[in-house]
Amino acid sequence: MKSDNKMDATLSLGNQPSRRDFLKISGVMGGGLVLAATAPGWAQGTPNLVGGGELNAYVQIKPDGSIVIYSGAPEMGQGIATSLPMIVAEEMGADWDDVVVEQTPEVNSERYGRQSTGGSYTVYLNWQLMREMGATAREMLISAAAIVMELPREELKAEDSRVRHLLSDRSRSFAELAALAQEQPMPAKTDLVFRAREDYRILGTSKSQVDSLAIVTGQGDFGIDTRVPDMLYGSYTKCPAVGGKIVEANIGDIKSLPGVVDAYIIKGNGNVRELSDGVGIVGTSTWAVFAARKSLQIVWDESQASKDSWTDFADFAAKQGDTGAKVLYEEGAVDEALADPSNTVISSFYEYPYLSHLCLEPMNCTAHFRPGKAGAKDHIEMWLPTQSGPGFKKLAQEHYGLAADQFTIHVKRMGGSFGRRTSGEYMCEAIELSKLSGRPVKLTWSREDSMRHDYFREGGFCRLRGAMSADGKLAAWEEHTIGAAVGSEPSRWTGVRAGSFPIATSANARGSLTTFRMDTPSGPWRAPFSNTHAFVSQCFIHELAEAAGRDHVELLVEMMGEPRWLEPDNFRSMNTQRAIGVIKLAAEKGGWGRVMPSGHGLGIAFYFCHAAHVAELAEVSVDAQGKVTVHKVTAAVDVGPIINRSGALNQVQGSIIDGYSAMAGQQITMENGRIQQTNLDQYPVLRIDAAPQVDVHFIESDFDPTGLGEPGLPPLAPAVANAIYAATGKRVRKMPLIADGFRV
Amino acid sequence: MTRITLNVNGADTQLDAPDDMPLLWALRDLMGLTGSKYGCGIGQCGACTVHLNGAPVRSCLVPVSQVSGQAITTIEGLTEDGALHALQQAWIERDVAQCGYCQSGQIMSAAALLQSNAKPTDADIDAAMAGNYCRCGTYIRIREAIHAAAMSFDATAAKGAQS
Ligand code: FES
Ligand code: FES
Repeated sequence: MKSDNKMDATLSLGNQPSRRDFLKISGVMGGGLVLAATAPGWAQGTPNLVGGGELNAYVQIKPDGSIVIYSGAPEMGQGIATSLPMIVAEEMGADWDDVVVEQTPEVNSERYGRQSTGGSYTVYLNWQLMREMGATAREMLISAAAIVMELPREELKAEDSRVRHLLSDRSRSFAELAALAQEQPMPAKTDLVFRAREDYRILGTSKSQVDSLAIVTGQGDFGIDTRVPDMLYGSYTKCPAVGGKIVEANIGDIKSLPGVVDAYIIKGNGNVRELSDGVGIVGTSTWAVFAARKSLQIVWDESQASKDSWTDFADFAAKQGDTGAKVLYEEGAVDEALADPSNTVISSFYEYPYLSHLCLEPMNCTAHFRPGKAGAKDHIEMWLPTQSGPGFKKLAQEHYGLAADQFTIHVKRMGGSFGRRTSGEYMCEAIELSKLSGRPVKLTWSREDSMRHDYFREGGFCRLRGAMSADGKLAAWEEHTIGAAVGSEPSRWTGVRAGSFPIATSANARGSLTTFRMDTPSGPWRAPFSNTHAFVSQCFIHELAEAAGRDHVELLVEMMGEPRWLEPDNFRSMNTQRAIGVIKLAAEKGGWGRVMPSGHGLGIAFYFCHAAHVAELAEVSVDAQGKVTVHKVTAAVDVGPIINRSGALNQVQGSIIDGYSAMAGQQITMENGRIQQTNLDQYPVLRIDAAPQVDVHFIESDFDPTGLGEPGLPPLAPAVANAIYAATGKRVRKMPLIADGFRV
Repeated sequence: MTRITLNVNGADTQLDAPDDMPLLWALRDLMGLTGSKYGCGIGQCGACTVHLNGAPVRSCLVPVSQVSGQAITTIEGLTEDGALHALQQAWIERDVAQCGYCQSGQIMSAAALLQSNAKPTDADIDAAMAGNYCRCGTYIRIREAIHAAAMSFDATAAKGAQS
């Protein structure tokens, strides 16, 4: 992407931007073109197109030479709006400077495929489709050039936004060819040939995010920045203990406050992920409705509300034994190995807290409910920050009993999500306020709302036992998770996973679960399951290595055994060779085995999740007052070929810093159903002065690429905990560090 | 409601706002300048940072009635003479942002730092930037970009001296 200093800067000074700059800045759609070949349904034959240059659902070439590539997956900071179009541009032979990326203009899975993001899965799932989109466009451009230049197709090549003749210096620009190209038959999917990796000109290079200019000039168009004509500002106040029902509220008083337009008592449907009871206030500014809330007096019926207590959960967990009632995984002769007197057996108890998502952009949604008049249908238009446009649309359809064609949804850039914006209650609340007020409403949750009514990373506990044989080999592994059951069901993010390390590589292993009922909602939080399991399991491996007098790195490598995929033919499962590769690389680059000064230590951890193999080595010091400093983290990462080097590096650095931030100070507790931390003054986050240096090394293996939004995070906490042990001899078995006698 | 004159990015604007409305909401909701962000509302995240008479302030804590007539600069007004600020340029070149939500505040804090200290050390950066939280963890690049911008200031000054 171009970012011409002078020209772009004129934008904020009110001069007329050129059309292309306008597109770049505001993401405004180039209009006028209809119908494209669908993706991934794949229309055969000549698509029925009108206008110039639309080659398929993802690619349009404008007469001025700019190439519009749609980004179907929502952007939340993971860089997907840059990386997916890079794949298209590479295959197409586009010059990246000509590319303008726009969010797909509507939520329409038939046309655009999967418009969701999550699980660090988006690159993997779209890799093939994006290559097909690019290659199709390229082939159609070459067909057009063959006609215009009267040359055989075989002698033509697309690069730098031109089709060139290989045997002369003749060429035609994509812009010149676009109109004719779109009339060319679309090649069959099976005939497409993709570019060889050694010929890549865009993939694997560093590109600044496509929205960089907009972000640094304050034009970044987040959901919370939405402004539409006649819009009101809204707030929604719910019971501080989840599940509370509203009895009464002084909304008469509220309505008379300055800037308040109206206030409503709203009855929910009992589903916290849709609509909970609350008081809605609409007014002339966010401040007006925030200020009015301070005068709200609400009587709640809390008989059915959460009574959750973290203290009770912790007391319960402390009483649990080595094996839980529900054995979810058992392999080999665990009990025999644990009972064998020639083995060294140790046992430990770990704890990790609830965490808030803390997306810096609070939850928000702008909705406009237009009741159908004179036989016309109701219509809902929304400006919606979400990880899944189709998922939210389905929720709104079901909640309001509307059909797919009764919605217009603009998916907005998100100021962070980390799994949070997969739950759509803020959308339902916004729709409700618009319905009641008859006007478009931008609902903004305060920071306090966003922390109190989160879908938390759930806290929990794990009791581990392990046996090491006399010759220092792992003889048995047992993990017993004491986790939350939300309502009566064990949460999806707690328990035992058969494919996780080290259960999956151990001959004798058992995993069990005991649950404790918590009504506090929980949900995916950056690398769910893995972000806690890595801590308990990879610290405990280090404990076992110590107990047996083994070098941690040697033991890890040995535990991997023969080179293999742990699930045969599943290329998203763990591969022991890839694991060994990153462990050895992190150890080598981070200087494993160095003699450290007193009070300093090195710690290492490996984890596999989201199809990514990552090892991290932390260099830490702890002073006499218990103040921890993480000086440097060295990461070795195998996610296959790198798409955008700059973005990939940013994700790993960010995951490490975010992982340390969570580990160092963050903890959500609850008593009597009330979340006790509601803003940053009660929830310490890592600041720039405590950010470690991060050194990242990629092993670019030849497997299909996968994403990096999450897998850099899980190994951080055990690497740091193991390093603290090396520095001090004190085991860290509890997060956050500040709750375990340390300072940060 | 009081009629207030705000001087934002060099231009005066008349607004009707409640006295206690924080500057942040006057900028965002009344003036449509949404570059300054709401993150916490209590001065802890720095996403709302603007310059008041050249000094960085958390606009979520400043009542609009107290800044009438004083010079306010927001991220939208950071460009000068048609060019991006050296920090904005460095932020783009180093691809600092992830979600980007904290970055206007980060840049405004950094701009105030460079104003008073053209060659900040790491420790100076830590002190000036510690009030700006980044959930995405972009601190490493923020630090690099501030150093890069300071260097480019230097280069510009050196060029000026030569010619
Ligand atoms: S919103 Fe002002 S400091 Fe957070
Ligand atoms: S870039 Fe997301 S909060 Fe800083």
